[in-house]
Amino acid sequence: MKETTSAERLVPSSKETLVLKPTKGWISLNLKDLWRYRELVYFLTWRDILVRYKQTLLGATWAVLQPLMQMLVFNFLFGSMANISTGEIPRPIFTFSALLPWNLFAKALSDTSNSLVANRNMITKVYFPRLVVPIASVLSGVVDFLIAFVILIGMMVYFQVLVPATVWLVPIFILLALVIALGVGLWFSAWNLHYRDVRYFIPFLSQFWMLASPIAYPLSEIPEKWQTLYMLNPMVGVVEGFRWVLLGGEPVPQLALIFSAGIGLLVLISGLFYFRRMERTFADMV
Amino acid sequence: MSEIVVKAENLGKQYMIGATIDRSPTLRDAIIKAFQWPGRALRGETRPSKEIIWALREVSFEVRQGQVLGVIGRNGAGKSTLLKVLSQITEPTEGYARITGRVGSLLEVGTGFNQELTGRENIFLNGAILGMKRREIQNKFDEIVDFSGVEKFIDTPVKRYSSGMYLRLAFSVAAHLEPEILVVDEVLAVGDADFQRKCLGKMSDVASEGRTVLFVSHNMSAVLRLTDEAIVLERGRMVYRAPTQEAVEFYMSSGYSQSSERKWSPDEIPDSAAPFHPLSLRVIDPRGQTTDLVRSIEPLTVEMEYQLDAPIQGLRVGIYLLTIRGDLVFTSFDTDSSEVYNQFATRHPGRYISRCQIPSDFFNEGQYVLGINASSYRVKRYFQDEHALTFSIDSMGAPGKQWAEVRLGTIRPRLNWVIEEQA
Repeated sequence: MKETTSAERLVPSSKETLVLKPTKGWISLNLKDLWRYRELVYFLTWRDILVRYKQTLLGATWAVLQPLMQMLVFNFLFGSMANISTGEIPRPIFTFSALLPWNLFAKALSDTSNSLVANRNMITKVYFPRLVVPIASVLSGVVDFLIAFVILIGMMVYFQVLVPATVWLVPIFILLALVIALGVGLWFSAWNLHYRDVRYFIPFLSQFWMLASPIAYPLSEIPEKWQTLYMLNPMVGVVEGFRWVLLGGEPVPQLALIFSAGIGLLVLISGLFYFRRMERTFADMV
Repeated sequence: MSEIVVKAENLGKQYMIGATIDRSPTLRDAIIKAFQWPGRALRGETRPSKEIIWALREVSFEVRQGQVLGVIGRNGAGKSTLLKVLSQITEPTEGYARITGRVGSLLEVGTGFNQELTGRENIFLNGAILGMKRREIQNKFDEIVDFSGVEKFIDTPVKRYSSGMYLRLAFSVAAHLEPEILVVDEVLAVGDADFQRKCLGKMSDVASEGRTVLFVSHNMSAVLRLTDEAIVLERGRMVYRAPTQEAVEFYMSSGYSQSSERKWSPDEIPDSAAPFHPLSLRVIDPRGQTTDLVRSIEPLTVEMEYQLDAPIQGLRVGIYLLTIRGDLVFTSFDTDSSEVYNQFATRHPGRYISRCQIPSDFFNEGQYVLGINASSYRVKRYFQDEHALTFSIDSMGAPGKQWAEVRLGTIRPRLNWVIEEQA
């Protein structure tokens, strides 16, 4: 049996031709090649998840513990101290439901930015479309999100929050968070190979970005005249939108959603092309 | 004639040396640069003033379907760069290569292995990284485990494996890769002798199945055994292409052997060495070339050059010869013979060379270390350097080479065997 299969492989007609030559400037995304390596995306995602949970004592508990602690701190700061209103939604749910898409985004952003450096050993030894690496990094955070999401459902049952009909839109906002994270992460991951400063810069960026997103406070707290500027942060639409489709209440301003989707796509597409452009030097840089 | 499946035309790869030295420039530098050369810094380009080297230049060759081509050359001759270009890891700077068929490259075994994951998990992960489909890995899983011989530990994290087990598992995955064109770096030097033999066997299978293979190695015996034709690279250029036997002969004897000589700088010589002053140590082949690679079927000469600033009584200058693992093979001094000892009872000031010849058919294949010692017995040790120089022995043409097996042992003498048929 084995002989026949390898003989079949050698039939010339099945062969494709690969030309290796210097490339210049902007090049195509070569999505066909990426599609062929889709199983590698799966395996790298699977590895990241497996390794993360094997190495930690508490394993998957962290996926729950982290947003819960953040929620408690925010509730104390913004609720008890600053006394910012969260409308009809109970404060714990208000904060927790925003922390879920935010944490998914923040983790995806930091993992993606470090992904090339973390996998440099593979990059210098084997060929595969390099885009596989950041994409797998983005996906591995989804498991944490799902675990925390179960907790959120539990909290909603406990606080007797009615689920609105818009709940089926939840995946759209998850996708949007991942798109923005991947887009920004693609730029950073390529820079990170040249300038290791990026690694130190990401945590800062993440912190400021979080404070500039409506996580512990609602969008309505922002003064009217600043709102349009504020919405240029694409995560505003994601966080507000996620909370809205899941918990109901005031609909999100359309402008926030348009900015979010528009800027997200812009960053992703430019990130993809920039990444491809820089890709040719990756193996020489690391 | 079968069709051409690999065609390289004028391939060149250029590296910037400066860029590799400060390869993690800080953002501050980048910002400053961005103001100086707007636009350029964003694209990651560096100042054009960096020193440029061509790791590969004007390399052109063709490989036909089913051919097994060897690539030989010194360290830094461009072998690895050539493989990296052909396996699509890095782009050529000039020229092009056209490859027809699925390429699999093995520049290392166990790429992407994760210490925390079990053997089973790593087989899947590593297989996927090497470009295998999940179904393919599933189908070959048992075969891979069987080949590696680590069945019992397949569900144990590989961090608990011995280094031998780890390498065996890693090679087993690689050995089951079934590309149409295989590009292999020196991955055969893994594991114990037994496993090496198994790997060489597996490699010969690959070659005999009609697959195209590009094989890079320092191990001349392996190149001879596995390849029909070989190219010789030297300083990034292809200098020779011929049937393997000829190419190896050319490589071994044409004086391309990089001169390798040990000299001691003043700070490496302790004050206590005086009045003995070591100058240089070298290995010389029968053609008088200083070399670090000698054929086992040829004699080699060891030369130690030194200077005496004052007379020394009963001086002996000698060598230690060790295997690369550090096992001492022998020790020998220039005044071992009692006649010479008496003749040089006192060595007067001046410049000297102590030279000895190690006969042919002495060493087995491998790397050896030369150390030196200059002392007066029970009086003083003037100078000692146990690891002064390393050199390699290639066993091409040595006794027993008709069998494709690794012969154990440090020495490989040619003994006079007689077979008598008893009536």
